[in-house]
Amino acid sequence: MERSSPAPLLTVLFFGIALLYLPILVLIAYSFNASPLVNIWGGFSTQWYGQLLHNRQLLQAALLSLEVAVTASSGAVVLGTLAAVALVRFRHFRGRLLLTGMVNAPLVMPEIITGITQLLLFVSMVQLFSWPHRGFTTIVLSHITFCTAYVTITVQSRLQSADRSLEEAAQDLGATPARAFLEVTLPIIAPAIISSWLLCFTLSLDDLVISSFVAGPGASTLPMVIYSKVKLGVSPDINALASIIVCAVGACIAAAGYLMARSDRRRALEAQLAAR
Amino acid sequence: MKTTWRPGRWLIILPPLLFLLIFFLIPFAFAFKISFAEAAPRVPPFTDVFSFTPDHGLQLSFSLGNYRYLLTDEVYGVAYLYSLRTAFFSTLICLALGYPMAYAIARRPKSQQALLLLIIMLPFWTSFLLRVYALEGIIRDNGFLNTVLLQLGLISHPLRIMRTTLAVYLGIIYSYLPFMVLPLFATLEKLDPTLLEAAADLGSTPRRAFLDITLPLSVPGMIAGSMLVFIPAVGEFVIPSLLGGPNQLMIGRVLWDEFFGNHDWPVASAVAIAFLLLLVGPIAIYQYYNVRQLES
Repeated sequence: MERSSPAPLLTVLFFGIALLYLPILVLIAYSFNASPLVNIWGGFSTQWYGQLLHNRQLLQAALLSLEVAVTASSGAVVLGTLAAVALVRFRHFRGRLLLTGMVNAPLVMPEIITGITQLLLFVSMVQLFSWPHRGFTTIVLSHITFCTAYVTITVQSRLQSADRSLEEAAQDLGATPARAFLEVTLPIIAPAIISSWLLCFTLSLDDLVISSFVAGPGASTLPMVIYSKVKLGVSPDINALASIIVCAVGACIAAAGYLMARSDRRRALEAQLAAR
Repeated sequence: MKTTWRPGRWLIILPPLLFLLIFFLIPFAFAFKISFAEAAPRVPPFTDVFSFTPDHGLQLSFSLGNYRYLLTDEVYGVAYLYSLRTAFFSTLICLALGYPMAYAIARRPKSQQALLLLIIMLPFWTSFLLRVYALEGIIRDNGFLNTVLLQLGLISHPLRIMRTTLAVYLGIIYSYLPFMVLPLFATLEKLDPTLLEAAADLGSTPRRAFLDITLPLSVPGMIAGSMLVFIPAVGEFVIPSLLGGPNQLMIGRVLWDEFFGNHDWPVASAVAIAFLLLLVGPIAIYQYYNVRQLES
């Protein structure tokens, strides 16, 4: 499909991209607005950023969100990679269809349904086993659930394109299957694992709906605090906070994308060299 | 030589299988059960559906009241229909906008495609809540759009977009457009260019070749993308809550209010179960095309 694109197509493409980026750019610009009135430009200032540092509630919520995001994405990476290996390497096993369904369904399931069903599970579990108490643990468990899906999808496609013969060669040379997988295939899928960790991190950091249901009365994550502030209207310190988050997350994702692209290029190059 | 790791196999399969079973699938059973309970002033705030009598007999107190309530109270029907309609039309608009975008990317040189896709996907990964908030900054009565239009003298009064259905549409399109572009690109990219060349050799105009070859072959991508937009859009909460007004009652919002406002967990469960039944069809379609695409 590599051909030149006619002008109207490109116009739509750039219009679409502009639509996606304009609101974020305007928001970042206004975060440097000295005037607290959101529609009047009162000169350049970084005062709203300074104010963030004194907002204890926000800082506490941010810390909780970061802890949750690190724990949940680490857990999801382990489970998601295992699921990807199971789905790609074992063609037939009992529960394969079930696993495929449970891996894909969270991607489209409306968050509000996942949120309420998981809360009801946790509440019922507490009645039966007096565990888990609502707060950090329940938020992490529910974040692992939806993040696992993203990890599996990413790692699965990588694993599918990985060359199986290398691993078989290692086994022929006497490596155990587990060792061959760890030493040969794991490095090949490592970029996918790292980038999916980053994606999970951002997804977890961003989640409002599921966290609101499962968090319980004590714990508030950053999006929950932001939502309750935003509900009251636009405020300049939220603009500053949003700019920081958008830039940080954008950098994370760009890094993940770069990692994937670089290893793709290197693999293509190696394949070319090997073919000679 | 093909070796399978028979003994270790279940060590790999079981952890994700059990985890998702317990924390994704089984919760639906609990929601189903609790949808037959009644709200009660206790912790947790609902009655037991199953309980044991002192002589170890099982007692069932089973109420269909919540579902009857869904059918009789107008709010739910109105919200379901409004959600379906809004999601449907926003999906169509996303398709109309996303198709040319995906097509344009698919026709760029390979070296540019990865970058363009990253540009499209970047907003999707950055905070959803903050993007909706950013959009509010554009369409508010004293927001960016109105300020620019007023300055240019194109309008004399600010346009009223916030708290209207238009705002909800804009929010959904803005938030979900990347979901449409990605699967469309995936199918368009796989399209065999020789088919189009053959059509051209046989005297077909580019327009005919597009209609006869490209469009039919990209149907799976269109369906996958549409489902990825439609399903979450039906259950959308943040967008109608932040951008819509009291009339933009979507089912996600009703569920949220029932839960956090009225503290009626059983009714909220019943709303969720009824909503899920509504989504079984679209989710099955999505899974079907998704599995087919993965297998190929």
